[in-house]
Amino acid sequence: EIPQHSLPVIPDSTTSLALSGSYVSNKMINKLIQVHDKIFCCIAGSLADAQAVTKMAKFQLSFHSIQMEAPPLVKAAASVLKELCYNNREELQAGFITAGWDRKRGPQVYTVSMGGMLISQPFTIGGSGSTFIYGYADAKFKPDMSREECLQFTTNALTLAIGRDNVSGGVVHMVVITEDGVEHVVVPGDKLPKFHDE
Amino acid sequence: MTTGGFSLGQPTPSVKATTIIAIAFEGGVVIGSDSRVSAGASVVNRVMNKLSPLHDKIYCALSGSAADAQTMAEIVNYQLDVHSIEVGEDPLVRSAATLVKNISYKYKEELSAHLIVAGWDRRAGGQVYVTLDGLLARQPFAIGGSGSSYIYGFVDAEYRQGMTKKDCQEFVVNALALAMNRDGSSGGVAYFVTIDKDGTDEKCILGNKLPTFFDE
Repeated sequence: EIPQHSLPVIPDSTTSLALSGSYVSNKMINKLIQVHDKIFCCIAGSLADAQAVTKMAKFQLSFHSIQMEAPPLVKAAASVLKELCYNNREELQAGFITAGWDRKRGPQVYTVSMGGMLISQPFTIGGSGSTFIYGYADAKFKPDMSREECLQFTTNALTLAIGRDNVSGGVVHMVVITEDGVEHVVVPGDKLPKFHDE
Repeated sequence: MTTGGFSLGQPTPSVKATTIIAIAFEGGVVIGSDSRVSAGASVVNRVMNKLSPLHDKIYCALSGSAADAQTMAEIVNYQLDVHSIEVGEDPLVRSAATLVKNISYKYKEELSAHLIVAGWDRRAGGQVYVTLDGLLARQPFAIGGSGSSYIYGFVDAEYRQGMTKKDCQEFVVNALALAMNRDGSSGGVAYFVTIDKDGTDEKCILGNKLPTFFDE
């Protein structure tokens, strides 16, 4: 379950459950993959496919940034993922959210869906748990939130999704990407906010 | 003699594509729904009121197969009338919910409908009961229908104990608006009914008057 927000800062977040069938194989997995210094990807779907695709993208982007003698644009990173997803759409089962900061456009969020669609959004959510928080995200998101508000929004949204989705859970990972750098924030399950529980 | 063509592939009208919600407050309940009835990809009724009275101060919200849900509501309406004459006073909400549950459970293989029962009675005030699949459970609030998936997060975050009647009405309308926005199978207008000791108040909010939220 992966919400994301783009503003002056970009908290990037995900829960950490990995499944084989209905068996939870890993409760601490980090679903935020760094594809470049200031560009991260959230992965959803088949972990194997997602890892293979992001590894390929990371290589292509590092080569691209050497050729251009500048860090890649977030849009370029998203585009690389999209090409891989679209051209191999029959075999692959992975979706991504690409977010990062670049000098040209500042913070951005792109969704690369499972079939290979690429769109830019102010914020986005994805993964199995995301269906339960569409209403919450629509109601609570405001453009131009501060870093603290963003982190709070993300943590709340993820907590609500974990509360309802039986295959989301574990630990919440967040990454805040700004012009100045990248910061990891990890919130373990027992430190998540508590809502009303029927 | 030729038999008429009976096609199993014919989509039947259903309100499974629905959002229904009910919430109890001190002294009453608010129960609400959207208004879309779809048969396959077609919307066959865009203004259906899915809130059906079971008795003066007890309503139910319909979801699932339209025919099954309506029939269940009618049967329980009849049974409650008989029951209230027998006991000589207004029936309890729990009684209404139990009658719905009995039908749901007994015919669970044949029927495909989920009714949320909500109302006010003198003994226990405002109450909300869910009868999904033949269980009976009382809850502070309940949501149902396909559109409800999208608002689980919202209702979990927004519900607090001790909400007033007005808070509850806003809660219901906001939740319906969010679900109708995201669920392709919910839409139209929002109906809600407020039931308390003084009576029932039915309201309808047209699509363009619903609250709007951030839209990308």
